[in-house]
Amino acid sequence: MQPRSDQAPSPTADTAGAATDPGPEQASGGVIHDIGYRGYDGDRLGRRAVARALFVHSLRGVYGVGRSPKSKVLPVGLSVIMCLPALVLAVVTVVGVGQGIVDDVPLDYSRYAIVLQAALAIFLATQAPQTVSLDLRFNTLPLYLSRPLERVDYVVAKYASLSIGIFILLAVPLLIMYVGALLAELPIGSETADVMSALVGAALYALVLSGIALVIASVTSRRGLGVAGIITVLMMSYVVVTALQGVVGIDNDDKSTAGWFGLLSPMTLVDGVQVWALGADPSTPAGPPNNAAGVVFVLVTLALIAGCLGLLVSRYRRVRL
Amino acid sequence: MSVITTEGLTKRYPSVTALDQLTVQIEPGIVGLVGANGAGKSTLIKILLGLNDATSGRSTMLGLDVADNGGELRGRVGYMPEHDCLPADVSATEFVVHMARMSGLPADAARERTADTLRHVGLYEERYRGIGGYSTGMKQRVKLAQALVHDPELVLLDEPTNGLDPVGRDEMLALIRRIRTDFGISVLVTSHMLGELERICDHVVIIDAGVLLRSSSTAEFTRASEQLAVEVTADTEAVADAFAEAGLQVGRAGNVLLVELAGEATYDVVRDTVAQLGQGLVRLEPRRHRIAEVFEEGAHDAATV
Repeated sequence: MQPRSDQAPSPTADTAGAATDPGPEQASGGVIHDIGYRGYDGDRLGRRAVARALFVHSLRGVYGVGRSPKSKVLPVGLSVIMCLPALVLAVVTVVGVGQGIVDDVPLDYSRYAIVLQAALAIFLATQAPQTVSLDLRFNTLPLYLSRPLERVDYVVAKYASLSIGIFILLAVPLLIMYVGALLAELPIGSETADVMSALVGAALYALVLSGIALVIASVTSRRGLGVAGIITVLMMSYVVVTALQGVVGIDNDDKSTAGWFGLLSPMTLVDGVQVWALGADPSTPAGPPNNAAGVVFVLVTLALIAGCLGLLVSRYRRVRL
Repeated sequence: MSVITTEGLTKRYPSVTALDQLTVQIEPGIVGLVGANGAGKSTLIKILLGLNDATSGRSTMLGLDVADNGGELRGRVGYMPEHDCLPADVSATEFVVHMARMSGLPADAARERTADTLRHVGLYEERYRGIGGYSTGMKQRVKLAQALVHDPELVLLDEPTNGLDPVGRDEMLALIRRIRTDFGISVLVTSHMLGELERICDHVVIIDAGVLLRSSSTAEFTRASEQLAVEVTADTEAVADAFAEAGLQVGRAGNVLLVELAGEATYDVVRDTVAQLGQGLVRLEPRRHRIAEVFEEGAHDAATV
């Protein structure tokens, strides 16, 4: 097939001329050579490489890299806020153990996400719309979908980029605390096991929270609505659930019912999985009451991740272009 | 070989039929797709790109069936949408590099092609500024650049002159002409203004309410004969009479005299005649009969029948 056999006179002739013959103009300087149009005969990467490029681009976008300085303020500021307490805790661990005041890390690795969930929720609320709403608001989506990328690739790349972004946000402070523990010469074996299971927990937090945040953000092209919706869903559900757990579990001494309530908010749900499957101490008034509940917590978590992905795929299958 | 063919292509929405049994062949070159707003131009382009599904019928681009080879085809064509599609807070360079990567170009090639393409569409220093601060004309150039950056074999330009002032319009049309003549890329360009497309297109396809009205080469639309538009400083009446005495066919459109161009000699006669009358020439330009005139005559004929 020769669709371009009727191409205009070869531009390579001009190119070669300009390259091999510097001519007298070069000496005088300031002459712009119009080398004409050059075609592209190089590699054209496939769908997977394109999806990977979109993933990297979006991940950079989550932290404001390659965006205007204004767009960097929030993600960078919140990243610092996420890391500062870990740094303080690491110093406390080193100094405290040296002085013989403490003999363990002052805060369990697995509790870090819940303790700093306000910063985490704000980060998600601002960066999930950054990841998907902008393409809707500026109508950029048709430009993506008129390229080799398929719709499902777009969704997977966006989901992966925000999840990895959130995972990094959670993992870096954990590693800072871990380094502190190692410097304080706490037992390497148990610290490593603790931090590893906390990292698994962080991955679950990242997948669950990113999925929910993206579903909300993908419904609206209005950034403000997305921000408000995500904050409301993440923070309000946690506040309501822990309040209920407090009332039922502590005031009425019904730990079992209180444990089940944990299913109802994303933060307490993943915390429940950490408690039952990863052996962490609960960060809520009550964890899953028994093994059956633990299995349910794990299944609900997995179903939530799959459900968010499914909702996103169907949302982008039907999106108006 | 046809770059685009459609066969009985139909798109029905619940309340409206956007395309109705459309069958056309579009050859390499610059092809204008003309129709009123809502005639089905954008729908056709979206179906070709797989952004929209046809209700029935087949279509091919570059010899490949659109329904079966969507992914491969989309790597070989470029698309400039009608609507705004540019993020505000990134620079033109960053945006076009990203779009080049989304077309499958490796990072280095994407950068190089972006610099080249932005230069070709006429964006220079401003390409490092945020797109949010661009004029409509500059935004149209960025939109065009992202459609060309991966050196496609065919570009689909949806209303590229939308929102441009007359100068911007002329520049955009000249640029589109160059896409074909200098870059060697086939072009399908839509407009609701026949007049501007006839200036640059090799072939014009006219659709209305999703139905093909006419498809033929621009040369067939415009008559072989050409005219000279002449405008003089004063006394147009006398000049017209003098032209007629000198043996020229003269028509009038307001202050402009339309002289049938018989050959090179006509220019001399016009110049000498005007000079003899002591007038100044304000304008002297060749002008083709416009496609619109053909249509007006057609409509007139139809009305009188």
